[in-house]
Amino acid sequence: MHLMYFTEQPMSAYPADEGLKFGATALMFSNKHFDPVAGSRLYNEYLDHYRLAEEVGFDGIMLNEHHNAPFCMQAKCNVFASILAATTKRVKLVLLGNPLPLADNPVRLAEELAMIDMVSRGRLVSGFVRGGGQEQLATGVNPAFNRERFEEAHDLIVKAWTQPGPFRWEGAHYQHRVVNPWAVPLQKPHPRVWIPGVLSKETIVWAAKKRYPYIALSTEIEATKKIWEQYDQVAQETGYAGGPEYRGYLQRCHIAETEEKALANARQFMWMQGEFTGLAHPVWSSPSGYFSPSYRKAFVEYAVGRRSNPRGAAFEDQIHNQQIVAGTPKTVIPKLRRLLEETRPSIMGFWAADGFVSNEDTRTCIRLLGQEVLPALRDIGKELGLWSPFEANSPVSINFAEPAQPAGAVA
Amino acid sequence: MTPTSTAWESETVHVAGVALHLARAGSGAPLLVLHHDIGSPEHLPFYDALAERFTVLRPSHPGYDRSARPDWMRSVRDIAVVYQSLLAARGATGVSLLGLGFGGWIAAEMATMAPRGFHRLVLVGAMGVKPERGEIADQALLSYIDYVRRGFADQAAFDRIFGAEPSTSTLEQWDLNREMSFRIAWKPYMYNSTLPHLLGGVTTPALVVWGREDRIVPLECGERYAKALGQARLEVVEGAGHFVEMEKPEALASLVTRFAAQA
Repeated sequence: MHLMYFTEQPMSAYPADEGLKFGATALMFSNKHFDPVAGSRLYNEYLDHYRLAEEVGFDGIMLNEHHNAPFCMQAKCNVFASILAATTKRVKLVLLGNPLPLADNPVRLAEELAMIDMVSRGRLVSGFVRGGGQEQLATGVNPAFNRERFEEAHDLIVKAWTQPGPFRWEGAHYQHRVVNPWAVPLQKPHPRVWIPGVLSKETIVWAAKKRYPYIALSTEIEATKKIWEQYDQVAQETGYAGGPEYRGYLQRCHIAETEEKALANARQFMWMQGEFTGLAHPVWSSPSGYFSPSYRKAFVEYAVGRRSNPRGAAFEDQIHNQQIVAGTPKTVIPKLRRLLEETRPSIMGFWAADGFVSNEDTRTCIRLLGQEVLPALRDIGKELGLWSPFEANSPVSINFAEPAQPAGAVA
Repeated sequence: MTPTSTAWESETVHVAGVALHLARAGSGAPLLVLHHDIGSPEHLPFYDALAERFTVLRPSHPGYDRSARPDWMRSVRDIAVVYQSLLAARGATGVSLLGLGFGGWIAAEMATMAPRGFHRLVLVGAMGVKPERGEIADQALLSYIDYVRRGFADQAAFDRIFGAEPSTSTLEQWDLNREMSFRIAWKPYMYNSTLPHLLGGVTTPALVVWGREDRIVPLECGERYAKALGQARLEVVEGAGHFVEMEKPEALASLVTRFAAQA
């Protein structure tokens, strides 16, 4: 198994009453409510948490980014990945990921990622995402070409990583007269690419066709199983067998020394989902052209308030269906075993805390996860044959038969 | 305005590989009517009033309402060129252009392409030029209903035309149309910075009409259009917002008819 630590990097230190008054805390919620003094403290706490996660035995640190919203103050995952590349020794730096359509110059992304891979001595896993709907607006990028830009930027980055330059790129959305970045990744043929997602069928199909592991973001167990059915079917059509090494899952999971405390802190996962602050404005989160045409009806109804947010389940329901897991190591391990047995992922991200959970409680959670939960999960993983892409030595993509290895490494 | 029994015919016309839905009615000099970014209802009393004096040609823009989306389109000028081809294919001469809102931008682009090519040019609340003080309302930040309501000075007029709660199928069509607007007019949003310069070469007599209470495209854009065009005057319609043809159909039909029917 590959076990990762994750936090959304919440910026809880803002006036929640202002958010409630405004009715949404994204995009147009004024950044005058951002407190850089608290921001400075929080960024440094989050860095401490990542380093602690390495100390207590996590295999990877999962990073992401969002824009214009307090639920995530990490605006550029490559910045944190760069810092961690130099300040950690062992963990994989798993970016889930860089929002490709937001980039006007994917070659620059290819360079940044190559630098992170080299500084970390080949520990980069470079995931790619489409970016949330409102992020298209936050960065002035056309939502109607989101998926086209995603695919084209991906193709350009992989080419820049794997084919000697200079070459010319004349695409539909990107035109580069000269592609010849001096820095290229240490890992050959290129760093592993994992693709996270939650809703879009097109992304699952695309990842499966590329033979990239897909990371399901906190979906319900039954929905997760449907994702794997679909992935495995495309894998079979593409000519390989799906299985645990292509399956990842992000689990909201808070551990404390007592059940009561764990449950109280786990309620903070609802902070991001809007129980306390309101998260998404339905219009901004679903700009026209961003979503798959098959969801058009659902999203226009959502946008005018005729349908509730499909992700808006109550806390108790999410505890019941295990989208949120909370407790002491003793009670949490059997729940995670059920998840592993039923959905068979080999990559697991642990989203350990959110909202106002204190620095001390977050550290306790990371420590208990590392010391008590992860060893038990590794045993279960062995028992169930949940070999990660690293353990299974799976190829980096459909186009390359070899697994990723640092250049010059003895196989 | 008295109800009429105007007979509208519709056909699919193939121009430059684009399948255009075209509604046609009336007789007289040809008048090409170009609709808003939200598309257009099938029937409006305003259209019927125009058909009493003109041969009205009402295409659905490529990618809007009943016209299929050409995936290759990237700019409003692309639509303007397709319409030039449409008129050429029909051998139409002495055509007047009437552009409503977003359609006004298309009409203005067409006029710059053929400075002497049209009989009259009428722009109503036209997008296409950048305001110097205000802003063109950003529909990406507004729900479908809120955006269209913003274009009405009188909300009762919205209710009459779309219903107080428009149907989901109307919303889906608005979403499709919005997506097409994003595909061709996302950045810069709803204007072309070279257009004001090119308008100076247009010799077609022009009438610029604006709703006094237009909250989608500020009135100053009407002033800019009237100034940039060689021969133009600005008429402001009191009590109307952006969708002048839906709120004040008689007043607008009368302005258009008097202007475009001139020899």
